[in-house]
Amino acid sequence: MDRKIRVVIAKPGLDGHDRGAKVIARALRDAGMEVIYTGLRQTPEMIVGAALQEDADVIGLSILSGAHMHICPKIVELLKVQGLDDVLVVVGGIIPDQDLPKLHAMGITGVFIPGTPMQHIVDFIAANARVRSDA
Amino acid sequence: MARPVIPTTGEKARWTREVLEPTLRKSPERPGPFTSISGRAIDRLYTAEDVAGIDTLRDIGQPGEFPYVRGIHPTGYRGKLWTMRQFAGFGTPEETNARYKELIAAGGTGLSVAFDLPTLMGRDPDHPLSLGEVGKCGVNITSLADMERLFDGISLADITTSMTINSPAPMIFAMYLVVAEKQGADWKKISGTIQNDILKEFIAQKEYIFPPRPSMRLITDIFGFCTREVPRWNTISVSGYHIREAGSTSLQELAFTLRDGLEYVQYGVDAGLEVDDFVPRISFFFNSHSDFFEEIAKFRAARKLWAEAMKTRFGATDPKSWQLRFHTQTAGVSLTAQQPYNNVVRTALQALAAVLGGTNSLHTNSLDEALALPTKEAVTIALRTQQVIAHESGVTNVVDPLGGSYFVEALTREMEQGTLKYWDTIDRMGGMVEAIELGYPQKEIAEASYQFQQAVERKEKIIVGVNDFIQENEPPIEILYIDDKASGIQLARLEALKASRDNGAVRRTLDALKKTAAGSGNTMEPMLECVRAYCTVGEMCDALRDVWGEWEETPII
Repeated sequence: MDRKIRVVIAKPGLDGHDRGAKVIARALRDAGMEVIYTGLRQTPEMIVGAALQEDADVIGLSILSGAHMHICPKIVELLKVQGLDDVLVVVGGIIPDQDLPKLHAMGITGVFIPGTPMQHIVDFIAANARVRSDA
Repeated sequence: MARPVIPTTGEKARWTREVLEPTLRKSPERPGPFTSISGRAIDRLYTAEDVAGIDTLRDIGQPGEFPYVRGIHPTGYRGKLWTMRQFAGFGTPEETNARYKELIAAGGTGLSVAFDLPTLMGRDPDHPLSLGEVGKCGVNITSLADMERLFDGISLADITTSMTINSPAPMIFAMYLVVAEKQGADWKKISGTIQNDILKEFIAQKEYIFPPRPSMRLITDIFGFCTREVPRWNTISVSGYHIREAGSTSLQELAFTLRDGLEYVQYGVDAGLEVDDFVPRISFFFNSHSDFFEEIAKFRAARKLWAEAMKTRFGATDPKSWQLRFHTQTAGVSLTAQQPYNNVVRTALQALAAVLGGTNSLHTNSLDEALALPTKEAVTIALRTQQVIAHESGVTNVVDPLGGSYFVEALTREMEQGTLKYWDTIDRMGGMVEAIELGYPQKEIAEASYQFQQAVERKEKIIVGVNDFIQENEPPIEILYIDDKASGIQLARLEALKASRDNGAVRRTLDALKKTAAGSGNTMEPMLECVRAYCTVGEMCDALRDVWGEWEETPII
């Protein structure tokens, strides 16, 4: 039987606005996923460490501060180093259109701006997360 | 949510029977639900029966009279319009200084400083967590040298400045005072506001550094210092704005914010201050969200609740202690990235609610703020929105124009009663600091926030352009793109500062600060000495981290 999708929801950087992170964490949990919320002020190293430790299929980043173009490449790079290339990375927050091509190029296609329906995010993750069976 | 009680006798019951019900049989109402944005059930009609039991003179009063439901000024906006205070800051101090000069030239009547996250969190630009954040959400201020650049050519004796700073409020305030001193401005005459409200950081915005109790001490130190040295300064802006942005209901915003206010007063009294010496300098900061009447009721109820609590709980006798003054900002959380021009309309309605609620100052958000920090053009439209309300709509001709509306008065009373219930719960926990340590307000807000999101998902709440009236292939709008230039500049400046200042003085003043923090003296005096020696925000916060440690929350989802 396929195991539940495991998602690490993280707030990188110094920003503490966590309404979005918490609401999405709960929505994903209600949709039947296993959700681990890291809490605030996580460095890229801490987030990838959490993904490794939790055997996560998905990392969901909530970034509203404008620091996404520093944080996202760092996380993608650290995942590669750890051999976790197949972990899906999605980002929600205040992300200007002009950064989308660069995010897509680094493999981040799930970018969700304010107003995105929760169901859309749930569906995206369900469709794109790696599928693994219980060992 | 409880449904309103349907009366069985009286005029409303008769109307329901004789007029309403026959109509409903022929043409039923829309499916609803007819609830406020906070999920509050709203009746279809309010009559004199809904305000029965309200003693107009005792419970509402007239403008300028206790309990100030109708406003703290007898003349409303006929005397003085609200202060149009637009919050701004980004990049380097020079870039923000230029924006301030433009805002003053465009008719802005007060400055409001937005700091970047490293400054707000007490980290210098070279700290690893500052990566990518320097100058992004606000202006970066590392040391006194940056504060001098920020206010270059702006006379602090002639302008009032609001600074949105919390954990490092004493450091930033000390910098402002030293700049004023260098300009030759008299501390006894300058005025402005520091937000300095740590409780809502623990509850909602999460920009805390030190644990709650030493954080409360920094605040009472400022109360004590300003009472003696800077008597016209507003020492705290007790803020509901962030509580609401975190997803609370209107009632939770009101109840938690005012309860935070009571907590500060209690801590001030416990620190040996006289109520009437420091309470008049406490001001408030509320959100104005999209549910028009609920917001107006919230503002009106706020004044009454505060006045009565100051009088009965704390025995304040100076009317200035009773009078709640507040700033309002329209709801950032209500702005949509989709069809962003609609945000101008949302903001105008929210601003109108704040004005009808009697706000003392107002910030209107810009149409592009769900996408980025605002462009100059977007900020101008936001300011013009306030000017249209002030000068064209006619609402400023009359004091509290909605006073006496059955609906507004009934809703004002509901907000008041709901608040007293929340206060009772928090009092039973031992106070707000204890409630926060238990995670109570955090849980209440997380729950409300999730309920609202669910209502949007189910389309019980419609957000135009988001879950209905959607437009495909929208053309993008011009937005402000903040590059990383500020980071390089601020990093280089930090290095140069450390090489050029008297580092012996830096060590001495930081040690003196630590000693005071470990003891019980007022921390403001040693803080001013640190600032004069050009210690950085990060260094001063680290000194206090060494003494008090850092706060870590248990996340609640």
